[in-house]
Amino acid sequence: MFKSGIAELSRSLAAGEFSSEEITSAYLARIKEKDKALNSYITLCEEQALAQAKAADATRAKGEASLLTGIPLAHKDIFCTAGIKTSCGSRMLDNFIAPYNATVVENFNQAGVVTLGKTNMDEFAMGSSNETSYYGPVHNPWDKDLVPGGSSGGSASAVAAHLCPAATATDTGGSIRQPAAFCGLTGLKPTYGRVSRWGMIAFASSLDQAGTLTRSAEDAALMLNVMAGHDPKDSTSIDIATENYTANLNRPLDGLKIGIPVQHFAEGLNADVEQKIRNALSEFEKLGATLKDISLPNSHQSVSAYYVIAPAEASANLSRYDGVRYGYRCDDPQDLEDLYKRTRSEGFGTEVKRRIMIGTYALSAGYYDAYYIKAQKIRRLIKNDFDNAFAEVDVIMGPTSPHTAFKIGSQTNDPVTMYLEDIYTIAVNLAGLPGISVPAGLVKNLPVGLQIIGKNFTESHLLNIAHQFQQATDWHTQTPEI
Amino acid sequence: MEWETVIGLEVHVQLATKSKLFSGSSIEFGAEPNTQANVFDLALPGTLPVLNKKALEMAVKFGVAIDAEIGLKSVFDRKNYFYPDLPKGYQTSQLDFPIVGKGSLDVTLEDGSIKTIGITRAHMEEDAGKSLHEDFHGETGIDLNRAGTPLLEIVSEPEIRSATEAVAFLKKLHSLILYLGISDGDMSKGNMRCDANVSVRLKGEELGTRAEVKNINSFKFVEKAINIEVARQIELLEDGGRVVQETRLYDSEKNETRSMRSKEVANDYRYFPEPDLLPVLIDEAYIEEIRATLPELPDTKRQRFMNEYKLSEYDALVLTNDLATANYFEAVVLVCGNAKLSANWVSVDLQAYLNEAEIPISESPVRPELLGGLINKITDNTISSKIAKTVFEAMLAGEGNAENIIKTKGLKQVTDSGAIETMVATVIANNPEQVEQYQSGKEKVFGFFVGQIMKESKGKANPAQVNQILKDKLSK
Repeated sequence: MFKSGIAELSRSLAAGEFSSEEITSAYLARIKEKDKALNSYITLCEEQALAQAKAADATRAKGEASLLTGIPLAHKDIFCTAGIKTSCGSRMLDNFIAPYNATVVENFNQAGVVTLGKTNMDEFAMGSSNETSYYGPVHNPWDKDLVPGGSSGGSASAVAAHLCPAATATDTGGSIRQPAAFCGLTGLKPTYGRVSRWGMIAFASSLDQAGTLTRSAEDAALMLNVMAGHDPKDSTSIDIATENYTANLNRPLDGLKIGIPVQHFAEGLNADVEQKIRNALSEFEKLGATLKDISLPNSHQSVSAYYVIAPAEASANLSRYDGVRYGYRCDDPQDLEDLYKRTRSEGFGTEVKRRIMIGTYALSAGYYDAYYIKAQKIRRLIKNDFDNAFAEVDVIMGPTSPHTAFKIGSQTNDPVTMYLEDIYTIAVNLAGLPGISVPAGLVKNLPVGLQIIGKNFTESHLLNIAHQFQQATDWHTQTPEI
Repeated sequence: MEWETVIGLEVHVQLATKSKLFSGSSIEFGAEPNTQANVFDLALPGTLPVLNKKALEMAVKFGVAIDAEIGLKSVFDRKNYFYPDLPKGYQTSQLDFPIVGKGSLDVTLEDGSIKTIGITRAHMEEDAGKSLHEDFHGETGIDLNRAGTPLLEIVSEPEIRSATEAVAFLKKLHSLILYLGISDGDMSKGNMRCDANVSVRLKGEELGTRAEVKNINSFKFVEKAINIEVARQIELLEDGGRVVQETRLYDSEKNETRSMRSKEVANDYRYFPEPDLLPVLIDEAYIEEIRATLPELPDTKRQRFMNEYKLSEYDALVLTNDLATANYFEAVVLVCGNAKLSANWVSVDLQAYLNEAEIPISESPVRPELLGGLINKITDNTISSKIAKTVFEAMLAGEGNAENIIKTKGLKQVTDSGAIETMVATVIANNPEQVEQYQSGKEKVFGFFVGQIMKESKGKANPAQVNQILKDKLSK
C-alpha cells in the first residue's frame, strides 16, 4: 500500500480494496514510527485526518467519490490550514493558527482529500537544504546524513520515505524541483499564476508558485487538476481555462524538439550527473524526439538577479511580522522600537534576517537603481532568452541540480555556495515558466533529476513528456530503504 | 522687502466606496474598533489584495472632471515603514504611475477673478488604521477599521499664493468631489484632509525652502495655519535665520505650527512596485464610459444659472458652490417660476438661518416646495416682502405652508382700495402739520405718511397701492 501513488490508491479505493480510514490510519502509524529519523513533518493532523477519511468513505458509499476522494496527502507548512498551526518553518509563526484555508488547501478539501499533516520546510521557504527550519533539519531518506533539498524538503522527504503518497509544495527559485531531484521524485512547478497564491505565505510574491511533489507525472497531473484555476482572491492568478491534465499523458513524443542549453552543461556540473542526464536525453531520442543545442546567454546572471528581487520582495512581505497582532512577540517590550527589534531578532532565523537585510539594502535610496532596477532588467533579458529558445524548440531539458544531495551542515556557513544550488532552476521562476523535475537515474545510489522546462501554460505537455519518459524508464519507481 | 508666499496642497480625499481599497470590509464611520477589519486588513499571512473597481472608477471620474491625463497603465507601489497602525508594514500607494496625471482647477478668488491652479497628479492609496493613546493606561490601542480605506491623494502645483487662495482652492475641490459623488467630503470625519507645503521668497527670486504643515482639517484652520506659518518663516528669514525643510504640526488651540520631525532624518520608504497586484490597465473606452456619467459640474452649472435664470455672476456662484444648494434653488424655481426672488431667498434668508443653526441645506426645515409657495404669495400680491419674512419664520417654526400661515395669522395683504383710501384719509386728517409741510414742497414727509398708514394696517396694506392713493390725496 505504501508503495502506491495517488493513481494506484485511487483505483484501490474505487475497487474497495481498502477504505480511506484504513489508509489514513496506516500512514499515521507509519509517520509516527519512521519520521523521528527524518523530521519531515512539523504537525501531524491525526484527529482531523481520521475525520476527513471517514467523511470520504461516506461520500464514496453514496457513490459521490471523485478521483481524489479519500486520498491522504501532506501540505507544506506554508499553506494556511484553518484551525491547524501554520508555522512556515519559523519561530515567528510557531503559535499561528489561521482562521482560513489557503485556496490550494480548500480545493483539496473540496475534492475529498485527507490532510495527514504539515511538512517541514526552510524558514519562510528561504533555503535549498531544509536546514533553516526552526523545527530542525529534514533528513534525506536515501541517506540520512544528507539534505533532502529545499525549501520543500519536508514534503520531498515524506513522499520519498512513503510517509504520504504525495504532497503539496512551493517553488520560488527551485524549491520543488531541487528537492524532487535530491529525493528521486517528480516535482512540478506550474506557470506563475496557474495556481492561486491566496493563503500561501508569501516569500517573493512575483516568483512564488504552488506545485506538487509526487512519485509520478500521472500523480502530479491528478493533483494539478484539483489545484489549477483562476482565483478572484489572487490578482496575479491568471484567468485562462485549465485543462484536464491527465487527458494527454499518453500522447506519443514523435517529433518533439528538445532544446539543450549549453550553459546547463558547463563547468560546475558533476560528470556522473551529466552522464545520467545525457542517457535520459538519449531515451527521449528513442521516443522520437530530436535534440538541439540552444543558448540561454543571460542564464549566468539569474542567481544574482534573483538574490536582489526575491529578498527585496521578502523584506516587505515579512514586515507584517512585528509582534503587534499575532505570531511571536518578545517578552516585556520596553517601547515600540524594543518590541520591533527583539520580536524580529528573536522570531526570525539567521537566513531570513540575512535576506531581509539584503532586500532592504537593495531597495534603499541610492541603491535602488543599481540593484532592484538592474535586476528587473536582467529578468527581462532572461525572459527574452527563453522566448528566443522557444521559437526553435518545444521544451528545454537539462539537469535540475549540478550534483546529488549533499551532507547536512556542509554548506551552512557559505550562503553564496548555497545560493548557487539553484543555478539551473532560478531562471525558470524569473521567467514565470512551468518546469518539472523527473528522476533520471542514480549516482552512488543517490537520485539525479532531469529538469524539463516548457512554455507558459504548457503543463499538460510537460506532464505528457514526463509520463512518456516514466513509461519507458523505471527511475521514478526506485525507492530508498526505510 | 516684499515677500511672496508659495503654497502647494496635498489633499487626501476618502472615496465614498462601500468597501476598502483592497478588501471587502465595510468603511462605514463610527463602528466599534476592529469590527471592520478582515483577515487581509489584519495582514494575516498569505492574504492578498484585490483592487476595488469602484475606487478606480471614482479616481478616473475625478481625473476626467479636472481634464487631466488619465494613466492607461497605473501601478501600485509599496511604501515601506513600520508603525503599529500599518498592519502590513507597508502602505500600498502609487508612486511613478498614478491613475491621474496633470490637470487643473479654476478657482474664483475673492475679487471675483478666476485663477487656474494646476493639479500635478492624483493617486489611489490605502489609509492606515488609528493608534489610540487614551484609555489604555500608558499603552496604545490599535483600531484597524480605517486601515485600507480608499483615499485619493490630490497634489496641487505650488501655484497658490496666499492662504485665502488656498482656501478658495480647497472649497472648489470640495465642491467638485461632492458634485462628482466620489466622497462625502466631511472634514470633521476626516473624509478630506489637507497638508500644505508652504515657503516664502522675495518677489522674483527662486523658491525658498518649504515646510509641510499637517493636521489642518477645516477651511478655517487651513487659512490660519498657513498665515501663521508664513509669518513664522518671514520673521525667521528677516532675522537672518533659515527655514528648515521639515514637517510641522498645526496646533489650532495655540494657533502655532511646531516641528514634528525633520525630513533630513526622515524614513527611506523604499518604494517598489507591489508584486501582489498587476498594473492597472484601462482603455479609452473605459474613460469615455466614465466621462459619460459625469454630472453637470460647478462651472457649467454657474454659467447655465446666469443664462437660464438671468442671475448675476455672484448669485450664480453662491448658489452653485454647493450642489445641494443648487438643487434646492432649482426646486424652488420649479414651484414659483421667479428665479431672482428664489435666489435671494435661498442665498440670503434661508442661508442665514442654516448658518446660524449649523445645519446643512439637505436638512432644512423649510423644503423647496414651501419656500416656492411663499414666493408665489409675494408675486401674486397676497403678501408683501416684509410680511413674507414673518411667514418664513413661522415656516421655520414648522407652522405649515404659506397659505395656512397667512390665513391663521391673518396676514393677507389689504388690496381693497376703499379700505386703503379710508386709512389714508384718516392719517391725513390726523396730521395737518405734516400735510402743510408736504404741500409747501417738503416731499420728505411722504415717507412719514406711508409709515403711519402701514402702522395703521399692521403692515398688511399693499405698499404700491398705498403710494398711489396717498400721492393722489396729498396732491389734491
